Amino acid sequence: MDPLVRVEGLRITARKPTGEAAVLVDDVGFEIPKGEVLALIGESGSGKTTVALSLLGYARPGCRIESGRIVVDGIDVLSLDDEGRYGLRGRKVAYIAQSAAAAFNPMKPLMDQVIEAALIHGTATRAAAEAKAVALFADLALPDPGGIGRRYPHQVSGGQLQRLMAAMALITDPGLVVLDEPTTALDVTTQIEVLRAFRAVVRDRGATAVYVSHDLAVVAQMADRIVVLNGGRARESGTVDQVINHPRDEYTRRLVAAAAPQPRGEPRGAVETPLLEVRALVAGYGRLDRDGLPAARVLEDIDLTIARGAAVGVIGESGCGKTTLARVIAGLVPAARGDVRFDGQPLPTDLRHRSREQFRRIQIVFQNADTVLNPAHSIERILARPLAFYRGLRGEAARARIAQLLDLVKLPASVASRRPSELSGGQKQRVNLARALAADPDLILCDEVTSALDTVVGAAILDLLADLRRELGVSYLFISHDISTVRAVCDEVVVLYAGRKVDAGDRAAMGHPPFHPYADLLIASVPALRIGWLDALPRRLAASLPPVGEALDEGLCPFLPRCAVRRAGRCDTTPAPKQVLPGGREILCHVSLDELARIQSGGAA
Amino acid sequence: MSAVARLATLPWPGRIGLAIVAFWLAMAAFGGFLAPHDVGAIVSQDVFGAFSARHPLGTDYLGRDMLSRILHGSRFTIGLALAAALAASTCGTAIALVAATAGGWVDEAVSRVMDAFISIPSKMLALVMVAAFGSSPALLILTAALSYTPGAFRIARALAVNVRTLDFVQAARARGEGLPYIAAVEILPNMVNPMLADFGLRFVFVVLLLSGMSFLGLGVQPPDADLGSLVRENISGLFEGAPAVIVPAAAIATLTVGVNMLIDSVSGRARAVEA
Repeated sequence: MDPLVRVEGLRITARKPTGEAAVLVDDVGFEIPKGEVLALIGESGSGKTTVALSLLGYARPGCRIESGRIVVDGIDVLSLDDEGRYGLRGRKVAYIAQSAAAAFNPMKPLMDQVIEAALIHGTATRAAAEAKAVALFADLALPDPGGIGRRYPHQVSGGQLQRLMAAMALITDPGLVVLDEPTTALDVTTQIEVLRAFRAVVRDRGATAVYVSHDLAVVAQMADRIVVLNGGRARESGTVDQVINHPRDEYTRRLVAAAAPQPRGEPRGAVETPLLEVRALVAGYGRLDRDGLPAARVLEDIDLTIARGAAVGVIGESGCGKTTLARVIAGLVPAARGDVRFDGQPLPTDLRHRSREQFRRIQIVFQNADTVLNPAHSIERILARPLAFYRGLRGEAARARIAQLLDLVKLPASVASRRPSELSGGQKQRVNLARALAADPDLILCDEVTSALDTVVGAAILDLLADLRRELGVSYLFISHDISTVRAVCDEVVVLYAGRKVDAGDRAAMGHPPFHPYADLLIASVPALRIGWLDALPRRLAASLPPVGEALDEGLCPFLPRCAVRRAGRCDTTPAPKQVLPGGREILCHVSLDELARIQSGGAA
Repeated sequence: MSAVARLATLPWPGRIGLAIVAFWLAMAAFGGFLAPHDVGAIVSQDVFGAFSARHPLGTDYLGRDMLSRILHGSRFTIGLALAAALAASTCGTAIALVAATAGGWVDEAVSRVMDAFISIPSKMLALVMVAAFGSSPALLILTAALSYTPGAFRIARALAVNVRTLDFVQAARARGEGLPYIAAVEILPNMVNPMLADFGLRFVFVVLLLSGMSFLGLGVQPPDADLGSLVRENISGLFEGAPAVIVPAAAIATLTVGVNMLIDSVSGRARAVEA
């Protein structure tokens, strides 16, 4: 039987602003038999999205499909005229974009947008399309399938929106569905639900799909075959089992290795002088009430100690308050209650009361290297400022130190004269780090420093952080949503949920049960690089969970609405106690630790 | 990218605009020396004369040489407008940087004062100023600058407030930098491009305001004349289609159109380069 999709010798070029042509995709070819899922995997700039979009006969502005052949369901896509493409898109080939939040029109109800393609292409009457949409909503495990279509995009969660987008794509029963990083922007706990839903509908309907992703572990759950792209060329292609378990290409091997971060650096003993101590911290945003508490409290009663030279990781999903914690320590957000001590001295939480020396010793490295370097300044100027500001270094001395710093973060000295826009994401993150190091700090607050980077580049940054800690003895507060990253670099891990510290312990203790139920969910939700991982997931993670931040009575366990092991009559009436294990392990939960350990090791695959 | 290389990649409307602007700047600078006749000299018996070899742009209502009058007039129009627009943009940007960086009640107070200024129609303000103090080039510059500073402030503040929330400004705050450094080094360089575009717009507004004032007889006073007063004094020639009224009007039109063409292509390119 002929394959549904055949791509041959695809070559796509772009014209740079300077006029010269750049080859984005060169000589890529693959086939997809009907009913199979093909994954396109690679880092940013590998051309994976460009290839995926070409299946719709689309090249982004400035790009041109130069040569090659794309046949989808017997249609030669590249020879189509405007009208032909109009009939193809949304009808034969549907596209699911990375950011559903950006792809929906906020002014129209969801149902109108979901069935739009069916109405445009005239495949169904309005009533029939709506009925079909409701059935799709149910298949995608959306809550209230009959009513959700009347809501507007801002009234549903990110994970739900992503599934609604899948419904939008499937409404015309397209022959081919293109999914472009559909879960990359989601929290791991949400990602699981979306992946489950996607796979169920893809399987049940026998849809043929192209799944674009940078995440091998996710792809292992979703795809039948993988094409590994790098620099616009196909490096390797084969079945999922072949590529993941027996990679032949050097680049693929690096990709597989980076998917499972190895621990870096030896864990350190606990008995050392604390460098940073946070006690009973309460912080938030908005107007202060009469008691001096902010309207929106983001952090609630946080204790945290960082020993000199130690690395403490803070994890939690978006909105849990981890970034706010770093901002309070950096002085960007005032604390409403509690105190912060740095090296034995109280640390004012208001910027204006800090000394320059205190500023120097605590440096913050922000998440997004694209926006954290002033685009109007050269790298040299960016790095020279902290040198001049904190240490009065100028001229030749400053230039020598800049060269040293660039060397320390493994960047060539020639970078100094460039602007941030001329650097890659990984290079910018290194400059970002070098700027913090320029101050010779004692503590570096790393806020999601690898989240925006590709796996391979992120792994290199993690190595760098571990090296720097060994060589310079700096301490880290390492914030991430990815527990495997945190476990790879940190001695201690703190789990935040809705602004509360629900679980904390050293790296070894965080490797096995008991966990706080939320930590358990978080850990089990990280996709493993193993075929069939998604199917083997324990049922206790399966419940469709409402989002964080529901209004709860003061003091009750914030995780209660999502908790699979909650105890009626206890959890919903009294605040959860802090249970302490030997070795400094703390878990905020009613359920006894023995019982937690029993449930979690029993269910875990 | 060097200035020459930038020029080479300028799209055609931008190049035309640049040529027009360069032409008018040259006229403003050197026009007075090129003029064949004295600005006030009555050189012809023929009033509202047509284009001719002796008087390439015809003669005005008194028989003066239009070419000479335009060359002199453009100096006033462009010189005054440039000074006033420069003053308005600089003041507006400076005040906006102070307001946006300080934030809080400072921002609130400054913004409300500026809002109050914005609510005064510029022509009305100019009329009152001229009525109170009499017309002079310095007063015209001051009036025009005063009229257009609040507008420049609004734009600059909106830009500065956006830049202020960006991560690199947060990073500077976390480093312990003072407000003047943040305003001048972190924020200002990132709003220069749109502010230049805004400056061009202000320039056009001021040209139109001054021309309007002169048209009403309250701008540049005789025997000097700017382009606006040239239109006014020759208005009676409109019915015979005299060049004396059409040429200065066309001069104002080409100047404003040229500046706008240049701004559009330059600011459009700035966006394209950033994206």
